[in-house]
Amino acid sequence: MGISADPPEVTREHLSKTGWTYPFLSDADAAVIRRYGLLHKGAGVDGKDIARPAEILIDPSGTVRWINLTGDFRVRARPEEVLKAFDKLSRGGMTSPEPG
Amino acid sequence: MATRRNFLPLAGFLVCLVGFVSYFFLFTLFPVTRDVPWANWLLFAAGLALAGAGISRAFRRPEIYRGRVLGPILGGLSVAVVGFFLFMTLVASRQLPGAPDAPKVGEKAPDFTLPDSQGRPVALHELVGPGKPWVVLIFYRGYW
Repeated sequence: MGISADPPEVTREHLSKTGWTYPFLSDADAAVIRRYGLLHKGAGVDGKDIARPAEILIDPSGTVRWINLTGDFRVRARPEEVLKAFDKLSRGGMTSPEPG
Repeated sequence: MATRRNFLPLAGFLVCLVGFVSYFFLFTLFPVTRDVPWANWLLFAAGLALAGAGISRAFRRPEIYRGRVLGPILGGLSVAVVGFFLFMTLVASRQLPGAPDAPKVGEKAPDFTLPDSQGRPVALHELVGPGKPWVVLIFYRGYW
């Protein structure tokens, strides 16, 4: 799922342009972005608060299992990197003593 | 004796321009040329070498080559294009705040409910649960 501080209209237009099919959520007042500690204050147009790029993997118990915080917005996790992390974690998860 | 046209400064500038634009339209698509833009650096090096050679011959052999006015102008523009690219890729794109309060591995992901692109509410607590797939959350800067 994608999350940005753009309103749904902007996101809708972007999805139709790019053909991306995963859900894309709008955090217009950046409240969730702030809750995740990913706020980039005043970096948007007109000094609006936006998110710094980040990719997070959450397992079915709702636990964060992997997080990628880039220091350069040109260099973000690629889909194959996320899949690799998921493969490794989901395999390891079967033997680890996880509650629930 | 008539002096010859000196195309090298213009060629150098055009190569620098291609080096700039090609990053965004071509090289950023491939991880191997995106993370470290070496392909663009090579183009810039070639462009600056061409411009430098053109300017140099305009001044060293003014009886043969023209370009003592236009050469330095195009050379300056080439340097400006390269400088702007380096600033954007080495400085501007790294102006990100740290994220000391981001969730750590092993912590519960904070719950949320947000509207999707159709305005339908999506809640994280409804997506997770026994037997459900993992969730990938991707935070974007937005402004497409």
